[in-house]
Amino acid sequence: MSDLRELYLEMVTDHAKNPRNRGKVEPCSHIGTGHNPLCGDKIVVTISIEHDLITDVKFDGEGCAISTASADLMAEVLVGKSLAETKNMFQEFHELITGDGAEADVPRKLAVFSGVREFPMRVKCATLAWHTLIAALDGKDGASTE
Amino acid sequence: MISDAIFADSFPTLQQKIGGKKLIYLDSAATTQKPQCVIDAVTHFYEHDNANIHRGVHTLSQRATQAYENARVQIANLLHAPRHEEIIFLRGATEAINLVAQAYARPRIGENDVILITEMEHHSNIVPWQLVCEQTGASLEVVPICDNGSINLEAYKAMLSEEVAIVSMTHVSNAIGTINPVKEMCALAKAVGATSVVDGAQATGHMDVDVEDISCDFYAISGHKMFGPTGIGCLFGRYDVLQEMEPWQGGGDMILSVSFEETTWNEVPFKFEAGTPNIAGAIGLGAAVTFIQELGYDNISTLEHELLVYGTTTLGAIDGVTIIGTAPSKASVIAFTVDGVHPHDVGTILDHAGVAIRTGNHCAEPLMKSFGLNATCRASFSIYNTKDDVDKLAVAVKDAIRMLG
Repeated sequence: MSDLRELYLEMVTDHAKNPRNRGKVEPCSHIGTGHNPLCGDKIVVTISIEHDLITDVKFDGEGCAISTASADLMAEVLVGKSLAETKNMFQEFHELITGDGAEADVPRKLAVFSGVREFPMRVKCATLAWHTLIAALDGKDGASTE
Repeated sequence: MISDAIFADSFPTLQQKIGGKKLIYLDSAATTQKPQCVIDAVTHFYEHDNANIHRGVHTLSQRATQAYENARVQIANLLHAPRHEEIIFLRGATEAINLVAQAYARPRIGENDVILITEMEHHSNIVPWQLVCEQTGASLEVVPICDNGSINLEAYKAMLSEEVAIVSMTHVSNAIGTINPVKEMCALAKAVGATSVVDGAQATGHMDVDVEDISCDFYAISGHKMFGPTGIGCLFGRYDVLQEMEPWQGGGDMILSVSFEETTWNEVPFKFEAGTPNIAGAIGLGAAVTFIQELGYDNISTLEHELLVYGTTTLGAIDGVTIIGTAPSKASVIAFTVDGVHPHDVGTILDHAGVAIRTGNHCAEPLMKSFGLNATCRASFSIYNTKDDVDKLAVAVKDAIRMLG
């Protein structure tokens, strides 16, 4: 069961069971709705941006352990980041969970998802919140992992 | 009873390990595994008889035509269809329902008509009707289900009226296993003059289906859910109804003669089989029918019912597991949720134990919504499963609860 434990690291299951950033940013400057047709999960991400910096991110909706933990940790690491930094971080995060990840430069809190690369079917779970957030920042209505 | 010996080497895919553990395949409602005889029939066709059908006087073309038409007769026999011309080969049950929607319903209905479906339909028996409603102005109405997942017959009766032109219902729910009383429902439809369509995708792999007894106008089946290849399925349609219908798609094989001024249609069923069909698929499906008949539906139903009862008891006894859909009449499908563990995570953890189940909305989003769920876990059984498989499923579910619950 070694690689299963790499997927469900304690930090992942902790944030999945007790997410700190579930809810709504009110008022928010950006809102996005994401949908993963594969599992039926839907997520709403609300963001507040001031002077080109993210000041708050929250998410709502039910999801699996991977998507919930990923949304929760995304919200934590993005506070204080600029839009350019955010997009760059998503690129690095995506590389971490799809590629060999050796070069990926992500905050330690996101590195816990490196086990996802052994489970290609779960990449969409780990990226749903990110896709939703980026779509909202780009002014698009919704995001889908399909 | 079915002996283990029959299966020892019958299903090659099942003779493998997943992550070092014996594969326990509990996703037969998505697609069944294929017995060696079906694989052999397809291979034999390509190795020995491959040619196009209904044309050419050469030997291979004759053999291919004969094998293809034999499969049609076999399927007619399996469904107890009065005439083999009533069987149309198509890509699957989805295409069969779309054919009925476009070639039968669309030219015949208008804005005052109602199409009735049920709350437990697969998307393939919802969306084709939504398209027809958009095209004709007809309205789609939905018969609700009871809390246990049975059809609400009283509501169905109340919704039937002269305005109802078509009733389309699933025989067996893919998501929760409910077996609908289709004979009674078709009779009630007929009493108000409605045409009846039955989606049998989940039925023919598990139980005897008699289209004469059910007295439906159309019955759709899926080859790959009854041990046959993918990409092949059939529509049964009553001969007189099929004759009245105009073709759906145009092309080769569906015509008698073609000129630029006038083209005349071939007879039923060829009128509905434009283009070169899935010949190898039809032949493979014929082999699957022989396989089913040799086992016998009585044996299949008995074995699967035992697994259903054992699985329901075993899973139901696990703390935190809730079984979704507990209709008195069920096929061997068990949908369930696990407290505090998302179905997707259950699926990953089970796969790690070699146990393959389906997770998600099962292409039945409205049904999931009616249970207040986004997704469930679904274990579905077929003849190659055993009580030992159920035990392994239960152990893996308990592991999932220990890890994430």
